Amino acid sequence: MTLKIFLCALFCGFFFSSYTQESLPKTAQDCEFTFRGRITDFHDSTPIIGASLYLENLNTYTISDVEGVFVFKNLCKDKYILEINHISCETKRITINLDKNINKQIFLEHHLNELNEIIVKTTSKSAKTSIEQSIKKATIDNFSDKSLGDALKTLSGVSSLNTGNSIVKPMIHGLHSSRLLIINNNVRMFDQEWGDEHAPNIDINSSERIDVIKGANTLKFGSDAIGGLILIRPKKYAVIDSIFGSTITSFNSNGLGGNINSEIVKTYKSGLYSKIQANYKQFGDFSTPDYSLTNSGLKNINTSFKIGYNSYEKGFNAYYSFVSNEIAILQSSHIGNVNDLVNAINNKEPRVIEDFSYNIDFPKQSILHHLGKIEAYKRFKSLGKLSVQYDLQINRRKEFDLRRGDLKDTPVIDLRLFTNSIQTDLEIDAFDNLKINSGLLARYQQNDAVSGTGTSPLIPDFDKYDAAIYSIVNYNLSATSELSAGIRYDFSKINAKKRYNISDWEETYNYDEIFPEFETGNVDGTRISTNPKFTFHNISASLGYSTLFKNDVALLVNYGLATRVPNPSELFSDGLHHSAARIETGLLTMNKEVANKFVISLERNNNDFGFIISPYFKQIDGFIQLVPVGITTTIRGAFPVWEYNQINAQIFGVDIDLSKKIADKFDYQGSLSLLRGNNLTDDIPLIHMPSANFSNSITYRNENLNQLSIRLEHRTVLQQNQYPNYNFYTFNAILQEDVFVDISTTPPSYSLFNLSTSAIFKAFNKGKLKLEFNIENLFNVTYRENLNRLRYFADELGRNFNLKIKINY
Amino acid sequence: MKTLHSIKLIALLFISSILLSSCSDNHDDDHDHEEELITTVTYTLSNGADIVTLKFQDLTGGSIEDATYDVSGPLTANTTYTGSVQLLNETESPAEDITEEVQEEADEHEFFYASSVAGVSITKTDMDSNGNPIGIGTALTAGNAGTGTLTIILKHEPTKPNNGSSDEAGGSTDVEVTFSIEVQ
Repeated sequence: MTLKIFLCALFCGFFFSSYTQESLPKTAQDCEFTFRGRITDFHDSTPIIGASLYLENLNTYTISDVEGVFVFKNLCKDKYILEINHISCETKRITINLDKNINKQIFLEHHLNELNEIIVKTTSKSAKTSIEQSIKKATIDNFSDKSLGDALKTLSGVSSLNTGNSIVKPMIHGLHSSRLLIINNNVRMFDQEWGDEHAPNIDINSSERIDVIKGANTLKFGSDAIGGLILIRPKKYAVIDSIFGSTITSFNSNGLGGNINSEIVKTYKSGLYSKIQANYKQFGDFSTPDYSLTNSGLKNINTSFKIGYNSYEKGFNAYYSFVSNEIAILQSSHIGNVNDLVNAINNKEPRVIEDFSYNIDFPKQSILHHLGKIEAYKRFKSLGKLSVQYDLQINRRKEFDLRRGDLKDTPVIDLRLFTNSIQTDLEIDAFDNLKINSGLLARYQQNDAVSGTGTSPLIPDFDKYDAAIYSIVNYNLSATSELSAGIRYDFSKINAKKRYNISDWEETYNYDEIFPEFETGNVDGTRISTNPKFTFHNISASLGYSTLFKNDVALLVNYGLATRVPNPSELFSDGLHHSAARIETGLLTMNKEVANKFVISLERNNNDFGFIISPYFKQIDGFIQLVPVGITTTIRGAFPVWEYNQINAQIFGVDIDLSKKIADKFDYQGSLSLLRGNNLTDDIPLIHMPSANFSNSITYRNENLNQLSIRLEHRTVLQQNQYPNYNFYTFNAILQEDVFVDISTTPPSYSLFNLSTSAIFKAFNKGKLKLEFNIENLFNVTYRENLNRLRYFADELGRNFNLKIKINY
Repeated sequence: MKTLHSIKLIALLFISSILLSSCSDNHDDDHDHEEELITTVTYTLSNGADIVTLKFQDLTGGSIEDATYDVSGPLTANTTYTGSVQLLNETESPAEDITEEVQEEADEHEFFYASSVAGVSITKTDMDSNGNPIGIGTALTAGNAGTGTLTIILKHEPTKPNNGSSDEAGGSTDVEVTFSIEVQ
């Protein structure tokens, strides 16, 4: 940085040395005032040498000396406009009312670059010591008609837990839901992320870049990123007068649908900017190579608005996004009891196969998510940047099932989650080699189990209060190595209202003895009203080290201590989960989950030959998992009971990424993810862990031929042989015999090929048109994926032809 | 200055939202109860003077550990009975007759009967609007003496028509109850 200032100074000095101070014009005798000043860097108060100072009224110049000092002599009593210039600095204009001798301190800012678009990858990481990977806008555009989870899967170590093909929950190193933080525009998403079939409500089109942080640099956003963190970043706009936009539209042969997304951005030289974006997406029934997946379509509408003001010293932005998702769930996946499940597994094909339709029938999910935030920042001289943010989210989730009679159109689950928080962040960057980032957070959350569903709610009403304080220190050990350390404390309080069956409360779980203080004394027939209250104190920490070697090779080492408070479904779930044909039970006795994670990354960032080799190891004590524990027979027949329990777990593996330029216009990219999850308590593998998978791709790129790009990609997912065996037998009353229920055996390995082509053409006067044609599942392979919750019922999607048109204007 | 104002505004927003949401507390404390619950299955078999009822009752829902099975007496060998099944939700007052709902949506429902006693056969005597059996009304023929079970299954959205096997008809099971019966 000092070097930069020096160069600035040298250049300015050279440039303006042709103007001399002696050229000041002499005027009448009352013109004897002196205007002195000292120009210093706003950032660290060092003097700025060689800044040019221009008095507009007099057309007079001077430059600042090595102390940053300048002088205008023999000035008359008047109002002057002073313009201060410095190379790579923001031009500053100030007005001076001169009626006496003045000595003025002037601050200049030489970091103008920071306001502009992020250009260099290394400086745009959330921290230099952070182990992370990014998805850029070009890749995001490729997935404009798909989901966040689909796009993230292109990164090694990232997989997904699916319910069908439209509900895609991202998974990092086999961990998902509450163990994965999703940060959208600096707001932590709260969209009932605890459920396996609750996908994040994010419109991928509203983002510019997505970072996946696998390492430990996540304390700023929460204590519980045991899996990792997904950072959805907006674009920073240049401070110029401009208006631009883009429209992208796609069409797919599978599902006969697509999307249209448009955005318009207006920026001003003053630093003001605004953006509006809208996306509409619709699909009908998708199909496998052999049959149509009846009731698998979706419809979604998203919009987002952003306005803001950016300058170096201060700025603000306000953001609002609205996501409306209506997702059909495979009709054949609606089953009653275990015998229905056995029939579905044995049948190999879904029991309902109808003609293609755009109808979204039952079962289905209908979700609305509102997210609004306002953020302001100000830089203080010789200190740093203080930001304050308020955000608000409302998530309304309705799940509809096949029901009888008057309840047909009534959702079985209707939950409204309201979250709002206020947070401050102070980034102290006044020191040369030290950066300190500290913050405070207060959050209030309210869940409302909306009445009128005609079922007892799966998640009860609750209030949750959180408060947190953190501090992260980054220290430059040398020009090539950096150390970071952080600590965070979280306080959480949950206050819930829930009714239990007296028999469950007193006998099954023995809560009347463990938690007598939760009883309110109200008993209504066979139900008891309770008021569970929990308080948690969490400490989390991170440690990171990064060093650069020769040949663009870098080594990063991260350690993280993460602590997670049990989520509402782990504490309170109680009842039949229809779509899963299982009874799910949470336990009030759940305690917090504590993880120690170690991640190492050896990286080479080079266009000819680059790689990332990243091994990791996670020890998770009190790991909360949902596993089958037995069978309960009801009037509907037998159901497996899935109960949350806590065990000690270990997850370790390695992610490898390779890129190599194999010829002038040909690039190779490959990745490999290996993972092993162990349930140490029971000495068996962990449930729902991603299996080993690898991918290879070859890209041909010709910049001269309309930037033609042709890419052939291959991806193999091996069968998961490390799975816990939770298979069981159930009595079939019709056959009068026990039947085997194979819910554990994993589907076989599969390999898929995708072909993508694109070219860019000139359109209009300044616009560009990008045409894309892609084929997914090129060979129309029939397969099932272990991490799809509907794998018992149907195959995955068959071949898809995809056409995309993107226009920039 | 502008920034300070916005900071104040932000703080104000947060506080007011907490106030607002705490005011709206206790909005719907009267929580839902299970409206779709079926508590009672009664299968009444009648042969003029000889009436046999098979009654299953589980008033709490959930596990049937606390349920009662009540079979009024043995069936007479080599006799044909007229059968009718009734489903009730007795947690409502008065008890709700679920059989009526099934009747209304007859094309989406079907009862299935199976007995392990050799010689006991059950045929469905009613039809939905498409001419497929429903199974609320049945005819049960008892053959020679024997003991075993009788299972009654109600399926929602089975394949209709089907071959009479509940397993192959698919759909989701709303009722599955097994009685011990005797033919003498």
